[in-house]
Amino acid sequence: MVRNRISEREIETQGVDVRRTLAYRSLALPFVLVALLCGGCSVIDGPVLDPKGPIALAERNLLFKAIAIMMIVIIPVFLMAAFFTRHFRGTNRKARYTPNFDFYWPAEIVVWSIPAAIVIWLGVHLWANTYKLDPYTEIDPSVKPLQVQAIAQDWKWLFVYPEHDIAVVNELAMPVGTPVSITITSDTVMNSLVIPALGGQIYAMAGMQTRLNLLADETGTFWGRNVQYSGTGFANQQFQTHAQSKEDFDAWLEKAKQSGKALDAATYESLAKPSEKVPVTYYSGVEPNLFDSIIAKYAHNDAMLTPSKKKPEPAE
Amino acid sequence: MDLFGRLTIESLPFYSAIAASGAAVTVLGALAVVGAITYFGAWRMVLTEWVSSVDHKKIGIMYIMLALVMLVRGFVDAAMMRSQQAIAYNSEGYLPPGHFDQIFSSHGTIMIFFMAMPFLAGLANLIVPQQIGSRDVAFPFMNSISLWLTTAGAGLMLLSLVVGKFSTAGWTAYPPYSGVQFTPGVGVDYWLWMVFIAGFGSTMTGINFLVTIIKCRAPGMTMFRLPLFTWTIFVTSLLMIFAFPALTVACATLILDRNFDFHFFTNAMGGNMMNYINLFWLWGHPEVYILILPAFGVFSEVVAVFSQKRLFGYVSLVCATVAIGLLSFTVWLHHFFTMGSSARVNSFFGTMTTIISVPTGVKVFDWLLTMYRGRIIFKPPMLFTIGFLVTFVIGGLSGVLLALPPIDYMMHNTTFLVAHFHNMIIPGVLFGYLAGYMFWFPKAFGFKLNERWGTYAFWCWIIGFYVAFMPLYVLGLLGMPRRMEHYEIAAWQPHLIVAWVGAFIILLGMACLAVQLIVSIRERNEALDLTGDPWNGRSLEWATSSPAAPYNFAVLPQVEGRDAWWDMKARGVAYQRPDKYEDIIMPKNTYVGAVIGGAGFVFGFAMIWWMWWLAALALLVIFVAVVIRASDDDSDYVMPASEVKKIEDARFAELAKAPRNEMADDPGYAGDPVPEAT
Repeated sequence: MVRNRISEREIETQGVDVRRTLAYRSLALPFVLVALLCGGCSVIDGPVLDPKGPIALAERNLLFKAIAIMMIVIIPVFLMAAFFTRHFRGTNRKARYTPNFDFYWPAEIVVWSIPAAIVIWLGVHLWANTYKLDPYTEIDPSVKPLQVQAIAQDWKWLFVYPEHDIAVVNELAMPVGTPVSITITSDTVMNSLVIPALGGQIYAMAGMQTRLNLLADETGTFWGRNVQYSGTGFANQQFQTHAQSKEDFDAWLEKAKQSGKALDAATYESLAKPSEKVPVTYYSGVEPNLFDSIIAKYAHNDAMLTPSKKKPEPAE
Repeated sequence: MDLFGRLTIESLPFYSAIAASGAAVTVLGALAVVGAITYFGAWRMVLTEWVSSVDHKKIGIMYIMLALVMLVRGFVDAAMMRSQQAIAYNSEGYLPPGHFDQIFSSHGTIMIFFMAMPFLAGLANLIVPQQIGSRDVAFPFMNSISLWLTTAGAGLMLLSLVVGKFSTAGWTAYPPYSGVQFTPGVGVDYWLWMVFIAGFGSTMTGINFLVTIIKCRAPGMTMFRLPLFTWTIFVTSLLMIFAFPALTVACATLILDRNFDFHFFTNAMGGNMMNYINLFWLWGHPEVYILILPAFGVFSEVVAVFSQKRLFGYVSLVCATVAIGLLSFTVWLHHFFTMGSSARVNSFFGTMTTIISVPTGVKVFDWLLTMYRGRIIFKPPMLFTIGFLVTFVIGGLSGVLLALPPIDYMMHNTTFLVAHFHNMIIPGVLFGYLAGYMFWFPKAFGFKLNERWGTYAFWCWIIGFYVAFMPLYVLGLLGMPRRMEHYEIAAWQPHLIVAWVGAFIILLGMACLAVQLIVSIRERNEALDLTGDPWNGRSLEWATSSPAAPYNFAVLPQVEGRDAWWDMKARGVAYQRPDKYEDIIMPKNTYVGAVIGGAGFVFGFAMIWWMWWLAALALLVIFVAVVIRASDDDSDYVMPASEVKKIEDARFAELAKAPRNEMADDPGYAGDPVPEAT
């Protein structure tokens, strides 16, 4: 059996056997990525590559830039892998063979300095963009942002508009072109709030407040959700974001105000219990300081230590 | 029923057909192993030669067997998740959330703790002492404890499929979700105790190999003559020693939270979940390098041997390995840029992360330059290495992207992240270990693995990898979060179906590996490795017979340079018989390691189910075993020179019959080792 294989190989080594060289086969594989990217046209209008706000746009542009700069390393690797595996295959006796070639100063300098140069370039952009796109930074200091308070519950989002004294479950609305400043906390396990079309995510943690500044510059409805696994209802923990004209937004506020349901302490208690697929619900009249009191429940203050209430076990 | 703690008849998996069949397969598998050993009348052999063994080579083989079994189990989990997500568009699929969540948790836990870790420990055990010209590891008995504690953890993992439910908190078990308030069952306790117990084993493995590499090198084997694989194990051992305590502390404190009403990580009472997450990743990021550095070591060995050329840039590769090891402790926060830390903090950790790509890039280029002007022979280990080089840089690219905090805000917790780390761990870690498995298999068993099936396995794995994980990158760009049990966005489904096909191709790859092993065993007489040097190797592990004698080297080799074995062959001093042999002191086999591991398993089980009396008993057994061992002054025996001579005579008789060079028939063979021209 061994003998047969060797003689086959000897026959095949007449001339360049492209079929058997690993290079072409291996090289074809990375292009599967490109093919899938192009084939799945949905990607082009997916939330990351087709952003609807300046933050998401800037994040996407940084993504493209970083990919482009790294091609300086990636493409040579592909080319070298292809050329070396083909040309320096053992059966190609015409190729130069230097079995003791193991050090060459210029090569060492190149392989250390080029990645280092790219990392320096990346580092500069990383610092600048991390400051510029810090989710805590107000988008336009000259404009007063719309204040929204987001509270993560099992398994839904409660959004409070303190300036308008309304609250809504599983729906977010905002006027186009007005910055929105979302303060975030959790009344359950750790969650993570994201609206991919508008920009990045920030964790929601009990007893703590985090912040996310976003801006929509096109009208539309974009999905948002919790992306930090939080239990059996996790997959259903999503909401729609309506970026609207000023008039539509005012109408939306009016609709919420007409709801007639108030979010007092007792209503909040029952809402906070684990539930899934909760329909959009509007409340007008919100318990004062609701958001702060939810944080205070878990505050790291000895004076506030009270035994935590056991939550009912999530249904399995 | 205090006797059984919280263990009741309801803990058995009869509540769901899928859970029950998983349990049945596990139980039947265990029965099949027991039955097979009984059928072949092999109990005595298994117990006296394997379970009680302190021989690093046998311990290495047992580690790798454990890793391969767990690889199958972990893959089944992966296939179940892919199947669920392929059909769960606007439907519940076939798995309820509670079950799906257990599966993604067990998949990650198994693959990291009980597949990759034992695989790396196994390769290190098998090869490092032989590569440095040593007769054994520094602490053979501790080595046995490490193995059996790791096995105890894996045993708890398998048992969790049969008795009780597993954790739903993912392989990272983030509190407060993993706290008792939100997940009161035994699942998270299973996770905690298996990780805690196996973690002790890993810490001891780290200590063992660090000391072995520092203290047990053959004469002339200076640090800068060490083969690259040994260098990577050296750095990995350091990382294990410094990183694993963080995990142990994280587990211990979460155990206190869950079982004894402490409040380290709870929502209220002054707890803070971010402390756990910091501790976890303070271990978790070095852990990534603990896994991948040994694979880099394997690639370094394989690429030089099959390019028939010296490794290019040895000093660069060593420096890069050490640099990666140091930097790996400075980047943990990139796992949670999104916690709301300031731009300054995120910029620092982001920059440190991108810096790691420099030494990694250097390594890739050095491997490519090793192939440059070589004569490449495409054996399966080399195929895995080339597949790794091409694929790994894509994972490196996505890793650097995720290291940029603004991009991480978008892509964190999406399948883009899942695709990224699988892109590192499958081509990086697993391909490396599989290459090492096929490369060193003859050293362990004395015959080569079938190359045809190895090649098929490679193509299935690499094609399957691309088809399974490239769609996940795309899905990440479509915003799909990880760990989705079902979804309502139609655009995701086609990609998930493609990924499912990829998982199926990987299944073929798994099957090829199994067939390769069976075919190789059946046809072993056609692929015997008589010289101990089947690939025309370069480092000292190829100087021993295959499989190596219990003492590895009858006479310790004198090392004159890098590529010590190649150098000996070139100088014509290989396979020389000494004038006389000497007595060799060897460690006696002992069951104490296995007893400690077994008691560790019982202890973990008892703590999970609150059987306090049983836990106390198991601890007592461990204590007594340690005392007995510590007071045993007669733990070594002397192998007389006459017996060494008998073994060595047989070895040289075999060498006389063997072909001079097993690679010489290969059409790509470039020629015998010759002294370096000066």
